[in-house]
This record gives sequence, C-alpha cells and structure tokens, in this order.
Amino acid sequence: MTRSRIFWGIAAPLSAISFSLLLASGILMLQGANPIQTFQLLFSYGFQPRNVVAELNQASAYYLAGISAAIGFKMLLFNIGIDGQYRLGVFFAAVVGGAVTLPPVLHILLIVFVAATVGGAWAAISGWLKIKYGVSEVISSIMLNFIAAGLVTYMLNPLRLGEQAEGSQNISTPTIPESGWLPNIEVAGGTLYTFIFFSAVVGVGYWILITKTVFGFNLRATGVSFRAALSSGVNAPRMIFLTMVLSGAIAGLVGVGTLLSDTHNYSLSFPSGYALTGLALALLGRNHPIGIAFAAFFWAFLERSAGVLDLNGIPTEIVTMMQGTIVISIVVAYELIKRLNLRQQQAAVGSHQEEAPEESKETDK
Amino acid sequence: MVTPVAAIIEVAGLVKRYPGVVANRDVNLQVDKGTIHAIIGENGAGKSTLMKMLYGMVKPDEGTITVEGKAQTFKGPQDAIAAGIGMVHQHFMLADNASVLENVILGSEPSKFGVAIDFEKARSHFLDITKKYGLAINPDDLVADLSVGGRQRVEIAKVLFRGANILILDEPTAVLVPQEVNELFENLKDLIKSGLTVLFISHKLQEVLEVSSHITVMRQGTTVASLTPKETSARELAELMVGRQLPQAKPTESHAGDTRVLDIQGASYRQGDGREALTKVSLTLSSGEILGVAGVEGNGQSELVEMILGIVKPFEGSIEVLGNDATSMTTRAIRDSGVGYIPQDRSRDAMLLPESLWENRILGHQATAPIASGVWINKKAAQVDSERIVEEYDVRTPSIRVAAAALSGGNQQKFIVGREMAGSPKLVVAAQPTRGVDVGAQALIWDRLVAAKENGAGVLLVSADLDELFALSDRIAVIFNGQIVAELTPAGTTPELLGLAMTGAKAA
Repeated sequence: MTRSRIFWGIAAPLSAISFSLLLASGILMLQGANPIQTFQLLFSYGFQPRNVVAELNQASAYYLAGISAAIGFKMLLFNIGIDGQYRLGVFFAAVVGGAVTLPPVLHILLIVFVAATVGGAWAAISGWLKIKYGVSEVISSIMLNFIAAGLVTYMLNPLRLGEQAEGSQNISTPTIPESGWLPNIEVAGGTLYTFIFFSAVVGVGYWILITKTVFGFNLRATGVSFRAALSSGVNAPRMIFLTMVLSGAIAGLVGVGTLLSDTHNYSLSFPSGYALTGLALALLGRNHPIGIAFAAFFWAFLERSAGVLDLNGIPTEIVTMMQGTIVISIVVAYELIKRLNLRQQQAAVGSHQEEAPEESKETDK
Repeated sequence: MVTPVAAIIEVAGLVKRYPGVVANRDVNLQVDKGTIHAIIGENGAGKSTLMKMLYGMVKPDEGTITVEGKAQTFKGPQDAIAAGIGMVHQHFMLADNASVLENVILGSEPSKFGVAIDFEKARSHFLDITKKYGLAINPDDLVADLSVGGRQRVEIAKVLFRGANILILDEPTAVLVPQEVNELFENLKDLIKSGLTVLFISHKLQEVLEVSSHITVMRQGTTVASLTPKETSARELAELMVGRQLPQAKPTESHAGDTRVLDIQGASYRQGDGREALTKVSLTLSSGEILGVAGVEGNGQSELVEMILGIVKPFEGSIEVLGNDATSMTTRAIRDSGVGYIPQDRSRDAMLLPESLWENRILGHQATAPIASGVWINKKAAQVDSERIVEEYDVRTPSIRVAAAALSGGNQQKFIVGREMAGSPKLVVAAQPTRGVDVGAQALIWDRLVAAKENGAGVLLVSADLDELFALSDRIAVIFNGQIVAELTPAGTTPELLGLAMTGAKAA
C-alpha cells in the first residue's frame, strides 16, 4: 500500500515535467534550436558547482514560500498574500535587527521572531476578514500585497526608516550589526547560506505538525470538510484563522535568509513574486516537505540555468514557459491520478464484497 | 380515450457498471401507456441508475430501451426530452427569485421575432397545461413563496411544458408532508386520465399500493418482480425488496435508570434568517432508555440535534447533557463528556471522504484517549481500533487504508456507528442512523443501539422511519414545525396515529 502511494505521488510530477519538456522541445524546434542540445546546455550549466550553491541558496527561500502555501492548501486556503507577508516581515525584521545590538544568537532569534510575527499578523487580516465577513482570502490577500508593497516603499525613505549611502542611489534600512549575521559555509562553489538548515527544520516541523498532532488533524479535517470538522467538535472558523496566521508567519521568513546571510539590510532590490512561486511549488511538491524541497531546487535550477540560454541565442522565456506548463499539467495530472486511484480502491472494495451495489453518488446531478 | 395496454416504454437486459460495482444488471421493465407505474426498491437497489438511463443522463453498457416502439440510444437528456420523456428530480432545480412562469419556460422559451421572449404565448400555453391537468399554480407567484408541494407542481409543469408525455418522478413524496402527498396523487391521476404515463420511484410501500397500477420491484441492481397492487401486499413487497426476512428488533424492556442523561427545558433556536426553527422544546432522556423523535423531515430535527451537540446555541431555555449545562459548552467539550454522535448526513457531517478509514476513526475523538495523547495523535491506536471496528461491525473493506469514499453507504455507516460506540458513551445521539443502508447494516445498527441502551446509555433516536421508531423506542416524542407536539409510547399508539401526529393534527 505504501509503495503504491509513493508511486502515485511521484507519477504526477514526473509526467507533468515530461509533458512540459516535450512541449518546450516542440517550441525550441520551431525556433530552429536543437532541444536535446539545449537541455544538455541547461543541465551542464545548472550543475556547475558555483551555480548549484546559488541555486541552493535561492531554493531555501523558495522552500519556505512553498511550505507557507502548502499549509494554506491543507485548509483549501489560497494564500496569494505570501508576497506581502514576506515583504513586510523581512522589512520590519531588518529595521528591528538594525536598530539593536544583542548577543549573537539572541539577535538572530529576534530577527526571525519579528519576521514571523509581522508576516503572521499581516495574514491575520485576511483570516479575520474571511471568518468574520466571508471575504475570500484570495481577494483580500492580493489587495494586502499592494498595500504591503506601498507601505514598505513609503517607509523605506531616508526621512523615515531608510537610509541612503553616500554616492549611492540605493535606499536601504540601516545595516544590521554583525551580531545579527548568520555565519555562512564556504564550499567548493562559493558561499552556502546556513539558513538552508533553518528552512529544512521548518519543513520538518510543518510535517510533524500536520501529520502527528491533534492541531494538524483538526486543520486537515477542516480543509476536507468544514461541516464534518464542526460536527467532530473542531472550532472550524478558528482553525481557518490560525492556519492563515501560520501560513503568513512562514511567509514572513522567506526573505530572512538573504537578510541574515547576505545583504544584512533591506533594500528595494529584494525580489517579488514569491506568492505565485510558493503556490506553484506546493502544487508541484504535493504539499509534502520532501516534494516541495525537490520542487524548490528544480525551480531555482531552471531560473539559474536560464542565464546560459541567452548566451547561445535561445530566448530565456522558454524556461518561464516550461514553469507555466509544469504548473498547469501538474494540476491536470493530479486530478487524473486522484480519480484513477479512487477507482482502483473502489474496485478493490467491490471485489472484496458481494453485496448490493450502492447507487453511485458521483453521477448525481 | 386510453387505448388499452400498449407498452410505451420497454427496457430489456439493461446493464450499467461502475468501477467496482454493477449498478444495474439484467433490468427488464415494461410500462403501459396511461398508467402509473411504480418502481420500488431499497436505497441502493439501482432505481436511480435505471431512471438516469431512461432520462439519458447515464448511458447503459448493455441492453435496449424502446420508447413507443422505437429503439433509442440517448446521448443526453435532450434526446430523452425529444422522445417525450421528462423527469422531475427529487431535489428541485428552480430559481427562487423568479416567477413560476419564468421558471417553467426557462430553457425552452417561445420566441418572438427570433430574439424576444414571447411571454403571451408562453402564458397561454402554461395556462392550457395547468388547466388541462388540474395543476393548482399561479404563473405570477414567486417560487420562493411556494410550499414544497407547490414547487413540485412547478417542476411537473416545467416537464409538461416541454411536451413530455412520459413523466419520471424520483421519490416525489420524500420531501412532502402527508396532505401534499394526497394532492400530488390527485394530480398524477389527472395526468394519466389525459393519456400521460407516469413512472414513479419510491421505497414507501403504502403509497405505492395506493396510487400505482403496476409495480416493478428492484433488488441489488436488478428487477425481481412485476405485479399489480391487487395481487400483492405490503408485506410481500417488502420481502421482495429485501429478498429475505425483514430484520426485527426484539422487543426489549425498558431499562430506564434514574440518571438524566439529557434534559432540555423550553429551548428555542432561531436561524440566521430569523426563522424560529425550534420553539420551546422540552425533552428528557434517562440512562438505559431510547427516546424516539418522530417527524417529517425539516420540522426542526436537525436543529434539535445540532443544539444538543452545541453546534448551534438556543436563545432561550436550558440544555443539560450528562448533568452539565451544554449551552455554555463547546461541541468538543460536549462530545468529550461522553456523547456519541451519529449525524444524519454521513458524507457531509461524519466522514472525511478522501481520507483513509483509520483517519476517519480519529474524527470526533481527536482529543480523547486512546486516539490522543496530549497534543499528539496516536496513529497506532487509531489503526488498532479501526481494525476492531471493521471486525466487530462487519465493515466490508479490504483494508483500513482505503479512502472512506470507496466504501458503500452501509459500510460507511457501520464504521461510523462503531466509532461513536467506542469508549461506551453515556448519551448517543443517532440521527437517521439507518437511512440509505442495506438491510444487513440496518439489523446490525439496530442491535448496537439496543445494546448501548442495555449497557446503560441513553439513546436519542431521530428518525423518519416509523418501523424503526416502533421497533426501538421506549418513548416517542413527535416534532412538528419546531415544536414537540406529542409524546407517546409504542405500546399506546399505532403507526396511523403516529403518522397523524407527525402532520401536526391535534387529535393525537
């Protein structure tokens, strides 16, 4: 049983990736490029040690975005507000971290705490609107993304919380003192963020919470059936709220790796777009911490290795397109596999009993 | 006017398979023109599948359907409508805030100049139909204002408007109160007088005997008998339906103890839309007792049950569950104080369908031993106890790891009953516990409810099934329009009197 579950779990992402490779090949051929050579190029470039390190660093941020989205998915919540939660979280973490001097470990913990708290609080607005007024979290969190971006831009100003280094155009928050820096690991290809271990711990914690605890069961039960959760004694609206807060808290951590290990301040060069990436990764990794880890690395790998295509006269957009096709085909593949799987189980139950047939409820209109 | 005995529908050797189950096999049916033909069978006997094939919603795998001498393969309901077949679904498909006329013409509007709706023509056609068939509905009423029976007449008019001369009604009486049932039957008789044919699905024997001229019995996916009401009896039909002796609960003595497990005094509940669903309900239940709550569906039963479980709160009155004031307790606290709960809608309220059986064992018990130890779920305990339930409650499944959705309704329900009986609850709230389950499961569930009572639990049995209420209850409270209108003992009443009380008649 477990073996077949693993098989079903892997079949979908593999078929989605194969399908998107096939499609990309078609487009490459239309462009007059040789698909096999192109993929080889991507592959050899992406696996150069220097690039692998950069991909791992990037993946550690993507991973948290994926976990944040996955927690929401477990509750059928579509947390598209990851972007805003991440941005506010890392911004305030940078501001607070840059304003104090503390013993090293404590300083780092404070930064992490602020990021998670701010991210969670921002998501709480969406959660509260949803359970109190039935506002879709998709709508409210998209709006909150804009508000968060605006808020940060407003505050990141030399007159307020930002500062401008002399002779530089770039405005940033004051640099965090070294007590708030995370030591890095020097490896063959460059500098690996220690933060990657922190991401892994969050992933493990997520899995334990979801599968092993009463809280996690209540969360999943509410996601599967609100009514059944209510009848079973779960305070379902409260669960929805808490899930949103938790998802936001993890989203708040997304940028912390870069902050602690690399830039040590927040500036406008922090990337955006983590929400869609997070949702895509949770889908691709099937809400499983290991699946999301592979997905996050794969995503970072594709984006990093895309750089080589330009040098060879192939448009880099081919990679963006592949990412898009993967997401679409993964949704289709999971649905197909879910149905196949249920059919298989029904057949197993059917052959197990010679009993009156049950009218099939699925065909009810 | 009625030409004697010409088969308008003939079905031969129909087979429909779903993955893992054969929903219909070897189905044969002959419906004479101008008759009311009843198809009876238990839930799950394949009636609905057959109807869906006749209406083109489902394609048969084998066999033939002949309508008025012409072999038909329906690609969809459109084809069936074209062949003169119309269907009135059990759950109405009407737009509430549109008028009756608008609802009736929706989807087949007569047009003027190819673009505009010709309301004049629609109205006169509508009035012709209602007059001809004696359907008492006003074209300008808002559907939202109509009674259930009225809505059903709109559905019938809708089908007739599309030119159907064969009507299929899927359990038309399930949603009606008794007076409305009589009205419906009068309407049906008018329809066949005008040469129409009615196919009528039911599992209520009395009404089938009363209204139909032919009866086809289905069991386990196949047609097993075709009879007329004159040559049969309710008893015989019932045995044909189940194919064996009916389960009979052994009459048990009342064991009513001194402990009040449930004490409701003057509790009222108002819904979100302001309608008062329960008005000053008072009920008491002692340990070792089964209190039946009888009523036509929709008279406040589900609200009563949810109020006891703390899912909804009364705005006045008191509720004591096992000696505690339940109005100030969460559902969790109420359940954990020793209450087993079998909800009436098992797929919606009692199961996580995509999850495995053993995970469903956790549902509702996630905070109590042995399932929970502190904040942790004890997976092992849940699995061990699921195995026990599968064994002791005869749940037919290859494994406790299959998704609950893969099981038949009866097996799901046996598992739910087993789960709720685990840990010997002192109060069991069972809402429609045997609805839609096979006879074997029904007998088992009855046994377990009686066993719970003999072990000193108080059982609140909410049911619409009179046989079940008579077989199990020590006392029967009748709920009508959100109020308890009578309290009876099975020995001191008859099904007829109980049925009367359920309609709100004061005499009882």
